Amino acid sequence: MSARRPRLVVIGNGMAGMRAVEELLQLAPMLYDISVFGAEPYGNYNRILLSLLLSGEKGVDEIMLNTPAWYASHGIALHAGDPVVAIDRRRKRVRSRKGVELAYDRLLIATGSQPIMLPVPGRELPGVIGFRGIDDVERMLDATRTHRRAAVIGGGLLGIEAANGLSRRGMQVTLIHRSDVLLEQQLNADAAALLGRSLKARGLELRLNADTVALYGNARVEGVALADGSRIDAELVVMAVGVRPDIALAKASGLHCERGIVVDDTLQTYDPSVYAVGECVQHRKATFGLVAPVWEQARVCAAHLARLGHRRYRASQTATKLKVTGVEVYSAGAFLGGAGTEDIVLRDPHRGIYKRLVLKDNRVIGAVLYGDVKDGGWYFELIQGATDITAFRSRVLFGKAYCNLADDRCTRAVA
Amino acid sequence: MSAIATTCPYCGVGCGVLARVDAAGGVNVAGDPRHPSNAGRLCVKGAALGETVDLRSRLLHPLLREPGAIPRRASWDEALDRVALGLRRIIDEHGPDAVAFYVSGQLLTEDYYVVNKLAKGYLGTANIDTNSRLCMSSAVAGHLRAFGEDLVPGCYDDLEQADLVVLVGSNTAWCHPIVFQRIAQAREARPALRLVVIDPRRTPTAESADLHLPIKPGTDVWLFNGLLAFLSRHGAMDAAFVGAHTNGCAEALAAAESDAGDPAAVARRCGVQLPDLLTFYQWFARHEKTVSLFSQGVNQSSSGTDKVNSIINCHLLTGRIGRPGMGPFSITGQPNAMGGREVGGLANTLAAHMDLANPAHRNIVQSFWQSPRIAERPGLKAVALFEAIERGTVKAVWIMATNPVVSLPDADRAKRALARCELVVSSDILALTDTNAFAHVLLPALGWGEKDGTVTNSERRISRQRAFLPVPGEARADWRIVCEVARRMGYAQGFNFADAHEVFDEHVRLTAFRNHDASADGPAAARRALDLGGLAGLDRAGYDALGPVQWPIGTDREGTARLFADARYAHADGRARFIATIARAPAHAPDREYPLILNTGRVRDQWHSMTRTGKSPRLAGHTPEPFIDMHPRDALLCGVHEGELARVRSRWGALVARVRHGGGILAGNVFVPIHWNDQFASDARVGSVVNPVVDPISGEPEFKHTPVRVEPFAVRWYGFALSRQPLAAAELTYWTSIQGEQFLRYEVAGHPRLDDRSGWARAWLGATDAEADWLEYEDRSAGVYRAAHVVENRIESCVFVSSRPELPARTWLSGLFVQERLEEADRVGLLVGEPSGPGADSGPMVCSCFGVGRHTICDAIRKQGFEHPAQITASLRAGGNCGSCVPELRQLIAEVRAAAGI
Repeated sequence: MSARRPRLVVIGNGMAGMRAVEELLQLAPMLYDISVFGAEPYGNYNRILLSLLLSGEKGVDEIMLNTPAWYASHGIALHAGDPVVAIDRRRKRVRSRKGVELAYDRLLIATGSQPIMLPVPGRELPGVIGFRGIDDVERMLDATRTHRRAAVIGGGLLGIEAANGLSRRGMQVTLIHRSDVLLEQQLNADAAALLGRSLKARGLELRLNADTVALYGNARVEGVALADGSRIDAELVVMAVGVRPDIALAKASGLHCERGIVVDDTLQTYDPSVYAVGECVQHRKATFGLVAPVWEQARVCAAHLARLGHRRYRASQTATKLKVTGVEVYSAGAFLGGAGTEDIVLRDPHRGIYKRLVLKDNRVIGAVLYGDVKDGGWYFELIQGATDITAFRSRVLFGKAYCNLADDRCTRAVA
Repeated sequence: MSAIATTCPYCGVGCGVLARVDAAGGVNVAGDPRHPSNAGRLCVKGAALGETVDLRSRLLHPLLREPGAIPRRASWDEALDRVALGLRRIIDEHGPDAVAFYVSGQLLTEDYYVVNKLAKGYLGTANIDTNSRLCMSSAVAGHLRAFGEDLVPGCYDDLEQADLVVLVGSNTAWCHPIVFQRIAQAREARPALRLVVIDPRRTPTAESADLHLPIKPGTDVWLFNGLLAFLSRHGAMDAAFVGAHTNGCAEALAAAESDAGDPAAVARRCGVQLPDLLTFYQWFARHEKTVSLFSQGVNQSSSGTDKVNSIINCHLLTGRIGRPGMGPFSITGQPNAMGGREVGGLANTLAAHMDLANPAHRNIVQSFWQSPRIAERPGLKAVALFEAIERGTVKAVWIMATNPVVSLPDADRAKRALARCELVVSSDILALTDTNAFAHVLLPALGWGEKDGTVTNSERRISRQRAFLPVPGEARADWRIVCEVARRMGYAQGFNFADAHEVFDEHVRLTAFRNHDASADGPAAARRALDLGGLAGLDRAGYDALGPVQWPIGTDREGTARLFADARYAHADGRARFIATIARAPAHAPDREYPLILNTGRVRDQWHSMTRTGKSPRLAGHTPEPFIDMHPRDALLCGVHEGELARVRSRWGALVARVRHGGGILAGNVFVPIHWNDQFASDARVGSVVNPVVDPISGEPEFKHTPVRVEPFAVRWYGFALSRQPLAAAELTYWTSIQGEQFLRYEVAGHPRLDDRSGWARAWLGATDAEADWLEYEDRSAGVYRAAHVVENRIESCVFVSSRPELPARTWLSGLFVQERLEEADRVGLLVGEPSGPGADSGPMVCSCFGVGRHTICDAIRKQGFEHPAQITASLRAGGNCGSCVPELRQLIAEVRAAAGI
C-alpha cells in the first residue's frame, strides 16, 4: 500500500466537472483519490443532448457520457443524487445533503448554472418549469401525455429546441420571444426570418416582440398573459430566458464571487486549493453558456490539478449551432458587423440557404450560416486565425472546397 | 435525302459543299471531295453552315415603311409597284443617274447579270456598284492596266507546284483557310517550298512562314519597287520575255530605281531588317516557280492599284506568268466577287469584261441586249455613290445582299446618306440590319441553300450554288425580283426569264458574242479572254448538272487552268504592260492628335457583318467579342488596360471595344475586326472610324490605314449574362451579344452606378416575381453581384457583375443551358461559375459543429482504420464539440468496418 494519495473532491457531476476529471486522468491517472458529488441521480450525461432526448431523437442511454461502471473502473467514488450542501474551507471538508463528510486537498467546483425564472406572478404554479436537466425533460414528457398546449418563453437556443421537441411530441406549442429577432445572440434579422419561417412550417406558433407579464391558472398553470393583453392558453410553460451561474454554495463558503465564482487564468479561485470550471465560473468579466470554452477550461484546470501548471485559459471566440433537426444554423464571431466592416451575402431561398460573412481588413470576423452550415467550422478557424482572405475572397463564401482549388480560376472577361 | 452538291457562300476560295437535310430538318454539310478547289476540305465557317440556315430573324415577306412609321407588311405587288414607280418618278424628274444600285459579291452571277442589265441597258445609268469595290477593285484595276482585261492568270494548283509562295497582305490561314491548307500540305510533302508572308501584323499565317516581313502599313510599293530594281540588277530579268511580250519596262525600272534602288533605304522605309529584306529578294530572284498571292492588305489602300501593279511588274520582269507554279495571284474576299466582275457589276465596267468607255464595247453589248439605251459614262463607285446620296444628287438606291452602314468607310455618313435618301430599297434575307433600318421597301430574298445559280471563285472556276431547302415565306430570288420591277417599268421583253438557267445562258452567249478581233467592215467586235461560249446552248438539265469549270471555256466545254500560256495579253497589241509605280504614303499620316494607325480585317470564325455566322454557337466561341488589338507599349501610353474597354477615335468616328494584346501588332498600330455592328454590339462598327480615302484609280477605300487615338472608356462595372430569352441591352453603356447553345450571352459594362444590384438584375433578367427561384451572391464593397434564375429546375438565366473586368469563365455556365435539369452540385457551383471540385461533396452532415460530412468520415475510417470515435475526433474534430454525433460516429465505424470485412 503506497502513501496516501491527495484527495480531489469534485462538486458537480456535470459535463464541465467530469470533462476536467477525464482530462486529469489522461494526464495523471493515479495522482488523486477522487470523489464526485452530483445533485442528479445518474452518471454523467451530455446536457446538450437534452433537446434530442425531449424530441425523442435520442434515448437516455444515448446521451450518457460515463456510466457508474466507468466511475468504478477508475476508482472514483460517485455520490449521485447527493449534492454537497456545505464547504468548510478552513478545515478543507465538504458535507453532503445525506451527511457524507469528506476532506479534500483539492476541491473542484462545477455546479453549473440554474435557469432564470421570470419574476412574474404565477411562476410557482405547477406546470411552469425550466429546461436544465433530465428531470425537466421527464416532466415535459409527462405533460405531453396529459396535456395539449405548451408555451415556451424565450426564443434563444434552448427555447427553440424545447419548443421544437414539444411540438414533435405532438403538443401545440407557442414560442414567445421578447425581441423580433429569434436567436438574436446568434443570428441577424435575415437569417432569423428564415428560421422563423421554417419553425412556423413545423407547426410552431410564434409570438415575437411579446413581453410576458404573468402566468395564470389555479391548480396548475393555464396560460401566459402578454403585455399587449393577449393570453396564450397552455398547460405547460417552459422558461428558457437564460441561465445564471449556480454560486450559492461557493458564496456560502466565502469564496469571492461576482456574477460567477471568480477564477484566474488557471481556473483557480481566490482559495488556492479550490478550482472551479464551467457555467458557474466568471473569468475576467465573462460567464459561460456554451460548451467549447468549458472544454478548454477543463483542459487547463486539469493540467494544473495534475501539477503541470503550464496552461493558461484565454477567452476565445465562440461558435454556436442550433440543435433542431432539419434546421441548420451556425453562427460565430461578430456576425452583426457594424462600422468598418464589410459583408458578403449568399441567398438561395428556394434551398432555404442564407450565408453571411462579416469581414474587416479582409479578415473574417463573423459568420452566420442558415441551411448550409458545413463550412461553419472552417469559417470559425478563419476567424480564430485572423486569416487574410484576400487571395480567395471571391470564393470564400462558397466554401472550403472551392478555395482548395488553389488556382483562382477567375479569368479575363474574354473567356 | 441524298446530298446536294453546292458551293460555300463565304470566301473567294469557293469550296464545294455537299449539303444534306436530315429527317428532323437539320442541315448537315461536308466538303465535296469531287470539287477541285477544296477536294473535300472545309474550314470551320463552312463546316458550321448548317447552324446558320434557320429562319430566325429572316425577312419572309415584303415590308413597306412610310416616313416616320414602323415597317408594315405588304404584298409583293404593292412593294414592287412602290419600287418601280419610285424609280420611274425619280428618273423622269432627275434623269437616270439619280438612281443607283449597290449590290454584293454575295449575289449569284445570274442576279448580278440581271440587275446590271437593267441599270446599264434599260435605265441608262452606270450607277451600279458593289461591295466588291471594297474588296478587290484594286486588283481589277491592276489587271486591266497590266493585262488589258480583269484576268487572274493562275490557279490554286500553282500554289502547290511553286517553290516559293509569297503571301502579301493576306491572313490566308484565317481568311482563305482551304487555300492555306493546300499550301501547308504542299510544304509538308515538299519542305523545299518556301513561304514568305508580308504583313504588318504577325498573323497566324505569318507564324507559319519561313520568313515574315512585318512592313510598315502602306509601304508595299517601296518593297516591290525595290524588288524590281534588285531583280534587274541581279540578272533575274527575262529579257526575251520582256522584249517580246511587254511594254513599259524601262519606265517601270526607272521609277523603281528612283525611289527604291537602295535596299538599305527600302528596309528603313518599310521598317524591316535589311538581312530579312535581302533574304526575300534573293529567294524571289532564285526561284523561277514563284507565286505572289495578294489580298485585302494590298487592295484596300489609297495606292492599292499601284501595289498590285508593282507586284505584277516583278512577275513580268522575270517572265514568271502563264506557266505552272508561278504568277501574280489575286485572291478575292467574296464567293462571287469574280462572277460580279464577269457580268460587269461595277460602275466602271459594262458587261462580260467589256468597257463602258469603249464605243465598240457599248455597241456590242447594246446590240446583244437590244436595249433601248446603254450607259455611256462610268457611274459612281461605292464611296462616291454614298457621297452623292448624301448630297442628294442620287435620290434612290436599291441595295442588294449587303450592309453598307456596317461595311463602308466613314460609315456614319452612309447612315446620314440613307436617312435623307428619297427611296431606299433593300433586298435581303434578314429583317433587321443596320442598313435595313433605313429602307423604305424591304424585299425578302432567297438565301444560301434556297437560291440557285452560279458563282466564280478566285481561280476563275464557275461552280453551281444549288437549292436544297424550301423557299421560306414569300422570299424570291434576287434576279426574279429585279425582273419583276423591270417589267413594271415597261421592260418586259428584256427580262422575261423563266429561271436562273435562262439568265445564265444569256450571260454565256454575251461572253461569246462578237468575241473576236474586229474586221474593218464587219460589225463592232472585240476579243475577250472571258469566253464561256462552250457552254452556249446548255439546256436546263445540263445547267443543273454543270460541274465546276474554269473559264475560258472552249467548244469542248473543257475549262482552262491558266491564262497567258501563249504570252498573249488582252491589250490591243497583245502585250502586257509594266506600270511605273511611284511609291506614296497612305493618304492620312498619324499625327499628335491621332498617333496610331488603325488596321482592320476579319477574324477566323466570323463573316462580314455576322448576319449568318452570328447565328452559330460554334463560330461564336473563337472570338466572342469585338476587340482592339494593340501593342502593350501603346496601351500604356494611352492609359488603357488589357481586358478593359477603350474607345478608338478617328476624325470620322469612334467605336468601343475591349483591349487585347494579341502579340502580333507592331507598336504604333491597332487592329479592329470588321464584323461587329449594331445588331451584335453597342458601338463597335469599325466602318464608322475608317477614313473615306480611296484609290484614285480603283476607288477602293483605304481600310488598312486610318490615324486614330485610343482612349480609356470609363465604366463603373463589368459583367455578363447568359439567358435563354433575349435581353434588352440598349440601355447599357456597353454590350455585346453572342449566340450560345440554347442561350444568348451578353458581355456588358456600365457607367451609371448600380445601387440596388439585386433589383436591377431581377428586372433585367425578368425575374421580378417575388416567388421566382432566384439565388444571389453579393460582396457589396467589392462591387460583386451574382445571381441566377432557375425555372422548373433548369437554369433560365444568370448574371455576374463586378467592379473589375475579371469575371468567372463562361464555359461551364454555358454548358448548364443544354442540361435538362440542374443537378444539386451544379446549383451549388452556379454562383461561383465553376463545378464544385473534388471533395466538395462531403456528404450529409454528421458533425454540424465542425461541418464534417458522412463521406469525409467514412473515408477516414476506411483509410486510417479508426476504431473509436475519439480517433475520428482527434483527426477530423468531428464529435469534439457538443458530442451529439458521437453515437453516429460509432455507428459509422461499425458500418464501414463491417463493409470492409474487418
